[in-house]
Amino acid sequence: MKYLDEYRDGDAARQYAQAIARITTRPWTIMEICGGQTHAIVKFGIDELLPEAITLVHGPGCPVCVTPVDLIDKAIEIAAQRDTILCSFGDMLRVPGTGKDLLSAKAGGADVRIVYSPVDCLKIARDNPARQVVFFAVGFETTAPANAMAVYAARQQGIANFSILVSHVLVPPAMEAILSAPQNQVQGFLAAGHVCAVMGYTEYEPIAQRYHTPIVVTGFEPVDILQGVHLCVRQLEEGRAEVENQYARVVRREGNPQARKLIYEVFEVGPRAWRGIGEIPNSGYRLRPAYADFDAERRFGLTARAAEESSECIAGLVLQGVKKPDQCPAFGTRCTPERPLGAPMVSSEGACAAYYNYRRAAAQPARR
Amino acid sequence: MDTPSDFTFTLSCPIPISDYPNVLLAHGGGGKLSHMLVEKMMLRAFGNPALDARHDSAVFTLDGGARLAFTTDSYVIHPLFFPGGDIGSLAVHGTVNDLSMCGARPLYLSAGFIIEEGLPMDTLWRIVQSMAQAAQRAGVQIVTGDTKVVDRGKADGLFINTAGVGVIEHALRIAPQSVQPGDVLLVNGDLGRHGMAIMAVREGLEFESAIESDSAPLNSLVQELIGAGIEIHCLRDLTRGGLASALNEIAGAAQVSISIEESRIPLRDDVRAACEILGFDPLYVANEGRLVAFVAPQDAERALDTLRAHPLGQGAARIGMVGEGGRAGIVTLRSRIGASRIVDMMSGEQLPRIC
Repeated sequence: MKYLDEYRDGDAARQYAQAIARITTRPWTIMEICGGQTHAIVKFGIDELLPEAITLVHGPGCPVCVTPVDLIDKAIEIAAQRDTILCSFGDMLRVPGTGKDLLSAKAGGADVRIVYSPVDCLKIARDNPARQVVFFAVGFETTAPANAMAVYAARQQGIANFSILVSHVLVPPAMEAILSAPQNQVQGFLAAGHVCAVMGYTEYEPIAQRYHTPIVVTGFEPVDILQGVHLCVRQLEEGRAEVENQYARVVRREGNPQARKLIYEVFEVGPRAWRGIGEIPNSGYRLRPAYADFDAERRFGLTARAAEESSECIAGLVLQGVKKPDQCPAFGTRCTPERPLGAPMVSSEGACAAYYNYRRAAAQPARR
Repeated sequence: MDTPSDFTFTLSCPIPISDYPNVLLAHGGGGKLSHMLVEKMMLRAFGNPALDARHDSAVFTLDGGARLAFTTDSYVIHPLFFPGGDIGSLAVHGTVNDLSMCGARPLYLSAGFIIEEGLPMDTLWRIVQSMAQAAQRAGVQIVTGDTKVVDRGKADGLFINTAGVGVIEHALRIAPQSVQPGDVLLVNGDLGRHGMAIMAVREGLEFESAIESDSAPLNSLVQELIGAGIEIHCLRDLTRGGLASALNEIAGAAQVSISIEESRIPLRDDVRAACEILGFDPLYVANEGRLVAFVAPQDAERALDTLRAHPLGQGAARIGMVGEGGRAGIVTLRSRIGASRIVDMMSGEQLPRIC
């Protein structure tokens, strides 16, 4: 299949791995930002091809994982109301809130629906005029244009029974938070290709300079990731710290200006709480005042409440690349996809889920 | 006999209600929760030797020495009609296949209909005709049945239950417990078509040409393998939960390790593309006309030839083997780039990802 097979080719992958080994003279720690990249690395075993000196650590780019618990509680509270339909990306449904998750709310009778695009919610709203339709708008810059489009189109079309519960986050402030943390070990980044498809990569240039850290915009297939690591290691070895674009078949330096125009029509930048990490200034989107009518928190009169996290979950450290999932004492024992303590164990972009699904060691020997 | 303490224990629900006070959809999804429901509740309540074999059908021997296979399955698929089949043909194929997976020759089926008030009579007639055709194609007779009508809103149009009886006419013991280290794994064609055909219709995804379900009766294919004298150790149809769940169940029941090669697993490009778009792993997607066969290594090539000579096995492939050693109950996959990873049983249902 075009655009897939050539980037999953075993020979090409091994050649890049050898090229990386040839230029590596000392240990380097590189973080891939996006959870999609983490899953590709673990699923295809990309890190097993790398020289021992290269350590890949997994970043915060799992939108489901960084959505704060109190927002999930709010989504469950909205879903539980009469004559309300809560729509969500499938990924969010298994993420634990304080007491339960959205799947359990659904089993308990709430009308929770999976949508593939937020724009699908508008049809649901039109078909159910007597009910409130709420979309749980999470994600990084990648999902922001479609979420903005849903709100924009709802206003254009006068769909008054639609609103969104917003938890949008941004990559660059998170990278700065990681780089300025005292325990930081990250020396280079693989930036998230699809975020850059929307945003371009000019905003990464000052970060690379200020923290003297190379940033390589990288795709999601095995050969993409190995090329990204190769470009990053080459910069590190040569003492350079620039922004390079491995994912040129999708990403342009200026990104997608039309998509950004739509984002800024509907959203503005504001502070955001990140699950497991805490509040980061200017790290998310919120609805502009002109679109405040579409704010579900306002429409349903939801206020901040005390949310509870498992005290044992180290998701915050995992999301910042400080710990690997299998360094968590609860990993695979007290925390599994069936009984998760934290979001990274259930999200399809969560690092803990990747380790659990593809790497977990089993104890008993086989029958011979 | 039960001791008093055992007795008290069996009275309380074996699935702690603090974990799952309500049944979730995932309890029927073919993954870990389904497995747990069967293991912890059904097997504990009903346990007996035929059930405890955990096979697709129960096998028992009558006084005269005849070996029979007996199975049942319910069909609640939405939409009722889909490219490549409908709930009626599926209800026949599914039960025929469950009987075939223990090497039985399916003979007789029952059909129970739970019909929602308001279902167009024409719809019901088309489905009944489709069942009759499917039964004829599979060489089985529908010899008993039942119809119930429930209030509007109490069923999704139509649910069908079929049960089936078949006769076992060979000495092979086709069951997970017969799987041996060194066994070769064969599949009879490309995977994931049924699940993606349903998903595409449900979600209104349009591709250049519609993906058609692979729904088909596998009894004649299995009879060919048996007739060719292949040393078959285990057969499993790859329904709910797909190849990954089937292999995990067998690896667990047989206490062996299984390894498969990603590059050898047959997939059509349209199915791969649909899976990529939705974020699904085709290893977990349902099939309704596909099986995995565990055969003795010396018979592997002949088995592959036999499969390929049959219309339902033209795309057959050798996908892996049972390990010599390795970790019991674990399925591993060698990726296209040469690294090895675990293929776990599905947890819950596959959910489309965000981006």
